[in-house]
Amino acid sequence: MRKLLIAIVWLYFGILLIGPLAYLCRQAMSDGVAAFWGEITRPEAVHGFKLTTEITVIVLVLNLIFGTVTALVLARQQFKGRTLLSGLIDLPFAVSPVIAGFMLVLLFGPETLLGMFFGALDIKVLFAMPAMVLATLFVTFPFVVRELTPVLQTLGKAGEESARTLGANEWQVFLKVTLPAVRWGLVYGATLTIARAIGEFGAVLVVSGNVLLLTQTATLHIYQSYVDFNYVGAYAVAMVLIVVSFAILTVLEVARVRATAGDS
Amino acid sequence: MKIEIRHLSKRFGTVEAVSDVSFAVEEGELLGLLGPSGSGKTTVLRIIAGLETPSTGDILIDSVRVNDLPAQRRNIGFVFQHYALFKHLTVFHNVAFGLKIKKWRRAEMAQRVSDLLRLMGLEALADRYPHQLSGGQRQRVAIARALAPKPSVLLLDEPFGAVDAKVRQELREWLIRLHDDLNVTSLFVTHDQEEAMEVSDRIIVFAKGHLEQIGSPADVYEEPATEFVARFIGSMNILEAKVTNGKAKVGSMEFPVSEFPDGQQVQVGFRPYYVKVSEDPARFRQQARLRHVYFLGVAYRLEIETDDGVILRSRMNKEEYRQCKFEVGQPVSYAITHFRILPQEGKPGAFLQPPQPPESGPFTP
Amino acid sequence: MKPDTLAGLALRSAAVGYVLCLVLLPLLVIGKQSLAGGLASFLEDIRQPQAAAAIVLTLEMALVTTMINAVFGTLSALALVRYEFPGRWFLNAVVDLPFAIPTLVAGLMIAAIYGTTSPFGAWLQQGGIAVLYNTPGIVLAMLFVTMPFTIRAVQPVLMELEREQEEAAYTLGAGRWATFWKVIVPGMLPGLLTGVFLTFVRALGEFGSVVIVAGNIPMKTQVAPVYVYGEIESYNPRGATSVSVLILLISFVALVIMERLTRPPGERLPIFVQRRLTVEPLSR
Repeated sequence: MRKLLIAIVWLYFGILLIGPLAYLCRQAMSDGVAAFWGEITRPEAVHGFKLTTEITVIVLVLNLIFGTVTALVLARQQFKGRTLLSGLIDLPFAVSPVIAGFMLVLLFGPETLLGMFFGALDIKVLFAMPAMVLATLFVTFPFVVRELTPVLQTLGKAGEESARTLGANEWQVFLKVTLPAVRWGLVYGATLTIARAIGEFGAVLVVSGNVLLLTQTATLHIYQSYVDFNYVGAYAVAMVLIVVSFAILTVLEVARVRATAGDS
Repeated sequence: MKIEIRHLSKRFGTVEAVSDVSFAVEEGELLGLLGPSGSGKTTVLRIIAGLETPSTGDILIDSVRVNDLPAQRRNIGFVFQHYALFKHLTVFHNVAFGLKIKKWRRAEMAQRVSDLLRLMGLEALADRYPHQLSGGQRQRVAIARALAPKPSVLLLDEPFGAVDAKVRQELREWLIRLHDDLNVTSLFVTHDQEEAMEVSDRIIVFAKGHLEQIGSPADVYEEPATEFVARFIGSMNILEAKVTNGKAKVGSMEFPVSEFPDGQQVQVGFRPYYVKVSEDPARFRQQARLRHVYFLGVAYRLEIETDDGVILRSRMNKEEYRQCKFEVGQPVSYAITHFRILPQEGKPGAFLQPPQPPESGPFTP
Repeated sequence: MKPDTLAGLALRSAAVGYVLCLVLLPLLVIGKQSLAGGLASFLEDIRQPQAAAAIVLTLEMALVTTMINAVFGTLSALALVRYEFPGRWFLNAVVDLPFAIPTLVAGLMIAAIYGTTSPFGAWLQQGGIAVLYNTPGIVLAMLFVTMPFTIRAVQPVLMELEREQEEAAYTLGAGRWATFWKVIVPGMLPGLLTGVFLTFVRALGEFGSVVIVAGNIPMKTQVAPVYVYGEIESYNPRGATSVSVLILLISFVALVIMERLTRPPGERLPIFVQRRLTVEPLSR
């Protein structure tokens, strides 16, 4: 019974996760290291990595700021509509990325109010960087809030209140008491944000227009290569993202252990 | 039902948690298993329940060997330390669980459960879930659940360990009454000697997997069979001494121990209330200085330092204390009215010095 | 951050304003758009043969994925929590990998090994099992991206379920089977339900991995998000809007049901559902 269960679990992981992962890594190297290197240093690939990095950094900063603010408000304030706000935060989890991108197209399309407004200012939102950032923000927004809120709630107010009695102002309370106590929860949420921002495809595909060397992120470049039957190219860039994924996974493990160790 | 344990041992890997323990629990008895944590008492309880299998030895319930009977078929009730209530079930269904397993008829089941809930004072809480109850209420639900299928034996593992002090006292008294009413053979595990004294008909003291002593609370308290029991139960002054000319000497104190050969190392033990203290230096022969007075509510505890630098604890009731006008730091006189030579590893019993009039002072300097 | 101070109020306004603009505004726009032509045109759009086929296929695939995930996710969680075996630590660490790997890359991985160019895929093809550009491929892709949900939702609940509860059932006369069904399963149900509903919702919306493995043959292997993408690309916002809104509605309803079902028993008021992905490290 026990052995059967363990065998089933290994088989499940093998078919779904480990097998495909190992095979892709092998295929990426099938034409040799030089070909692999050639693929990931092509101008299109390098541009893709650069664009993905830029979007990820912007999204991360915005999410850290607004995610922390929202988590603080949810965990520390009682007000009408708190439950509603909490529900709204979960919504992006339930929205297909393609639909998320499509909603932005509807919002900023040339015939809409917002579209005309930005058009008059000569700011290109759709099929350009701003829409790609917005799309990524939409799909990643829940991560920081959802990791941080429960950590803040279990942390309680005692530390913050004792700091206030010792004369600290709100800003000092936040910087010296709250933030250090929740830092691993924040790291966990931030890492999930990075992972999702790097990997986002559907939403960005819809809003970017997928213009070569202009609005093509790393994932869009992989898609392009795959559609153009350049399998080794697609696999090679995918390999780079997989390596990044493993780094992300390591940070997640560390953050999780630290965060739960800090809870007790 | 009578439970018998014969030469029970249990090893976990290389650790011997229980070694060669034998005892019997009489029909209708309330027996306390007392010992520090890690002394093997909980393991013994779990073996009786069938939750652990013994390495060697036998368990007999009503003279039938039950070693090979799984927990499900031993007809015992077990109350877990952390309640182990089923969180997804209401109080009513928690108590009914065992009856449902035994396929009781619906009407009889409802009757039995509501009887038990009334007995436990839980009728009003029947539809609550465990997380909506206080610690004391959860404990009572756990006991009701264990009693529901009419077990022949009730086993309780640290039943009051997880509730606060005041509730613990109430639950103790309640358990004694419950046991008087139902008269079901019961064993409970505790590390709290006071609790064991108060609740049990008899106590078994455990240490490091060994059975140290079995007897009534008074026996165990007044006549500890081993040094461990003497130290573990109640408070005791214990002094190391070497026998010379039939006397054990500690500084200026001398204890007559004619049975022991000269040169033997012995431990002299006496309870604090056998140390009499007076503010009058002439009252007793021995001299000391009062270091501390602790108010215990029902009595006072005094800490004195003898002229030889030995620190002794004494206990006084309020009337005695009020008659003497003590000030911390003042010189006092004292006498020891009873003492025992504590048994040593592998050596049999000890003796009790007959009480002597305190005025005379039993020992000459 | 006391709510009555000016700073507290500013903070709250910032949070609420941000969420309204980022999350609610786009949803309102698409909702309004879908009703622009009236309910009749909305129904007409989703009854289009291609659209209807895509929606039905998506629901079917998501349901199959959810069932497989529920069974194997629960078994995996049980094995990871209860048993000590070689590689346990490794498996427990890689469970999160699908959260970290881009969905597009997940699709590539599945396409590579299950495609006929790989020896394994060719072997399956010979056995009559076509995975790629077929429904099994879609299920595999959905399974991959949703794999952690059930495991990570059930694991902490199982860890919390004390061994003592099982032992209590034994002493009350319950056998192993009765204990499993009456104590362990109800005990882990809140976690399992959370995992199941999150899996379903995520599978409904999955795009990146499915677009690679499905082949996207209209009426056959085209799922709803891919259909929506196709409509956008062919400048038909009306069809895209209606199908999007239908999928959104199904997802929201699923989430609301989840919220109801996973409330602690006996609680009338909704309790803040803690959907933290963080799981206790395996220390036992």
